[in-house]
Amino acid sequence: MAEIQNKFTPKDFKSDQEVRWCPGCGDHAIMNAIQRTLPELGVEKENFAFISGIGCSSRFPYYMNTYGFHSIHGRASAIASGVKVANPNLTVWQITGDGDAMAIGGNHFIHAIRRNIDLNIILFNNEIYGLTKGQYSPTSKFGAVTKTSPYGTVEHPFHPGELIIGAQGKFFARSIDSNIKLCQEIFLQAGKYHGTAVVEVLQNCVIYNDKTHAAISDREHKEDRTIILRHGEPMIFGTNRDKGLILDVENLKLKVVELGDEYSEKDLLVHNSETVNPGLHLMLANMQYPEYPVAFGVIRGVNAQTYDGAIQKQVEEVKSKSKFKCVDDLLKSGTIWEV
Amino acid sequence: MSKKADTIEREEVVIRFSGDSGDGMQLTGNLFSDTSAFIGNDLSTFPDYPSEIRAPQGTIGGVSGFQVHVGQTAIKTPGDYADILIAMNPAALRATAKWVKEGGTIIIDEDSFDEKGLKKAGYKTEDPFKEDKLDGYNIIEAPISSLTKEALKDMGLDPKSILRSKNMFALGMVYWIFDRPLNYTEDFFEKKFKKKPLVINANKTVLRAGYNYAETMEHLTPSYKVSPAKIESGTYRNINGNLATAWGFIAAAEKAGLELFCGSYPITPATEILQELSNRKDLGVKTFQAEDEIAGICTSIGASFAGDLAITSTSGPGLALKSEAIGLAVMTELPLVIVNVQRGGPSTGLPTKPEQSDLMQALYGRNGESPVAVVAASTPSDCFQYAFESAKIALEHMTPVILLTDGFIANGSEPWRIPQMSEFPEIKAPIVKEGTQDWQPYARDVEKLARTWAVPGTKGLEHRIGGLEKDELTGAVSHDPVNHQKMVNIREEKVQRIANTIPELKVEGDESGDLLVVGWGGTYGHLATAVSQIQAKGKKVSLAHFNYIKPLPLNVKDVFSKFNKIVVCENNMGQFADYLRMTNPEFKYLQYNKVQGLPFTVIELEEHFEKVLED
Repeated sequence: MAEIQNKFTPKDFKSDQEVRWCPGCGDHAIMNAIQRTLPELGVEKENFAFISGIGCSSRFPYYMNTYGFHSIHGRASAIASGVKVANPNLTVWQITGDGDAMAIGGNHFIHAIRRNIDLNIILFNNEIYGLTKGQYSPTSKFGAVTKTSPYGTVEHPFHPGELIIGAQGKFFARSIDSNIKLCQEIFLQAGKYHGTAVVEVLQNCVIYNDKTHAAISDREHKEDRTIILRHGEPMIFGTNRDKGLILDVENLKLKVVELGDEYSEKDLLVHNSETVNPGLHLMLANMQYPEYPVAFGVIRGVNAQTYDGAIQKQVEEVKSKSKFKCVDDLLKSGTIWEV
Repeated sequence: MSKKADTIEREEVVIRFSGDSGDGMQLTGNLFSDTSAFIGNDLSTFPDYPSEIRAPQGTIGGVSGFQVHVGQTAIKTPGDYADILIAMNPAALRATAKWVKEGGTIIIDEDSFDEKGLKKAGYKTEDPFKEDKLDGYNIIEAPISSLTKEALKDMGLDPKSILRSKNMFALGMVYWIFDRPLNYTEDFFEKKFKKKPLVINANKTVLRAGYNYAETMEHLTPSYKVSPAKIESGTYRNINGNLATAWGFIAAAEKAGLELFCGSYPITPATEILQELSNRKDLGVKTFQAEDEIAGICTSIGASFAGDLAITSTSGPGLALKSEAIGLAVMTELPLVIVNVQRGGPSTGLPTKPEQSDLMQALYGRNGESPVAVVAASTPSDCFQYAFESAKIALEHMTPVILLTDGFIANGSEPWRIPQMSEFPEIKAPIVKEGTQDWQPYARDVEKLARTWAVPGTKGLEHRIGGLEKDELTGAVSHDPVNHQKMVNIREEKVQRIANTIPELKVEGDESGDLLVVGWGGTYGHLATAVSQIQAKGKKVSLAHFNYIKPLPLNVKDVFSKFNKIVVCENNMGQFADYLRMTNPEFKYLQYNKVQGLPFTVIELEEHFEKVLED
């Protein structure tokens, strides 16, 4: 593995196709981060498969010099599941968007997560339908004015982390297109994780939903309005590293505190992404600005049996004990007679 | 065992077991069929069960039946009408009396024919036989429940278990009537209840009690002799269509040297295919019970992309849900078999009843010009062959194939001469080897027009496929108008060229004559029986039965042109007839259609053919 590691450069993973996302689209940055991550994973190039559905982000596989499948709307999770179960040696990445994964493909998305199939699902969340030119999505903020909601939406958005953890997700992380370094750090953890690893990347659509994440991404405020969680580290944030999170036990919720006379660093929660109980992970995933900082990093990363691993194991076990070695044995099994 | 002298010798006989869905009629019918097969009869069976799992006891909705046709000649259908009906309760009589031959024998459990039972079944008087106009029928009223209780009273079983074995009393009676040995069924008890000697003993006791009762009552019961059939020698087993379908795919995977993957979602009457394949992990089969029909096919498309022989099983409504994904398999030119075990439609329709009404859906039910190969099996056992052939076509021609069966052949069973795998051809999928120079994803075999298959994990062949239109060579996304026309033509032509590799259409009977009966799929047994009976009367009638629908065999025009009249018989409103009008417009097609959720009867077919000959 060590030999393969760094054998490739990001350039090796670029295909000869012209990248056709709009200039300034957050997708470019996310793809760069993935292309920089892959050489670190110690996997041969031919063992990567990138699977997508439909949407702007789903054009992704065409730009990757790996095996790739640009499928149909919403079905990437199902197709990726089939690829992984058929050949567990492949490292399968699913590229999807908020519409593809959570509207038309919601069913496949939650079931892939529930099964814990070893997939890396990168969820580009721009809170809008870009490819069809600007209709609201299941993650658009309540009241969002779009082409199909001229008076504002009247529906409540999904919070992907909540949905994923609710579907028994074992790995959930969040990043943002404006922080390539963080994306890379998280993609690497997702890539090394065995199970369904979902990474929500807050992504800016410059044309139809520009600055939807601006409140937490602009240079001036981002340190105060977001928190980067790392396993084993205290939950501390702010431009001056002077704020942190504690558990308000009385009200069973998280609380932002200022470090100083009343609270010191040792009072803060220490992030444990590996704890099985999803309670705190759910609270962290659900933190919304302005009440809370928005959480980045691997919020949840719990080890568990994968579906593909279990199937493979079961087939091997049953096969080794089987009295059938070939189809002829099967056909002659049970009640037979001679004429 | 003494038999009374006036035994009726018959070439064939039809028996129908009918009772409440909890009465074990399917098991009873299967045990009778197995014993008949062991002693050398040919046979055909059909279970007829309600779509409700346990409808209220004693009601018509809860009646479950099993019909078996045994004979010393070749048996191709489960029979139109029963010679003998075993009705375990009034509802069973009321639901099935119309399927008994005039003057036939009806055995009832008289204990269940009380006021309550009659009322539940919807009888208005105390005389159900008069109400159903069964004068002239041979009605045998046997106290089956009470004699079962009597036989088991000292065994220490609870009353519920005792009553549950009354079906074995009825089976024992039927064994005496047909002079069948009990040992095969007794062996079954020994195996099935290995760890429950009490249950073995109870079942044996009741079976024998029924047998002895019939013998004692011989002045009332008829007795039949059906000698062994003259069938090809070999090793045989009973098989139903769904089992044969599942096994056909496993056989194809073995011949292709590939792993078998089935992504599917349970749906009546196709579920048994998924169930059987999930049992076959012992042969390395991977099954994926998906969250819905769409995921069923999409996981299979993913598995196909990854290099497995991938199939998905469904029935009509599920095929509708899968149509967008079938289009994806057409566009990406990946091998895939979609089995549609047809049932009555539209919508939820008649889930447990057979029909052939998904033909047009299979041929055309997708957006865009989206050609797939369509194959149809015609008997329970030939589902094995056509599942195998479908997989072979999919793999060698790199195309999705829809295999049509139906609830009738899927659940029906017949003896099957077990083939050796060495009798089947190799399957050679066009997998590209590592190190192939200048490989292009959409370059094609000049004869078949099949593209090659580069499986992920193969070094140096990394490529992208997808649902957008492809450049004819590189497979890159192309919106070029001329390229699109070319690709549309190629995809259609690729499917048409499968005709070069499939067998010619065969004619059963003379190659020319007054009437050609044309059918496809699961109606074969009834059509073949009706045609051979009418041929025996000296009429110039032949049968051409289709298993390959798209493409059609190359000699269709040749065959059709030698007959004065052509009648296309289908369990739908004429979908194959319309398809033939499109593909072979120079002939005139008469139609005979029945859409009742029931197979044809041989009698109605014969009557119709005679009428067509006279017209």
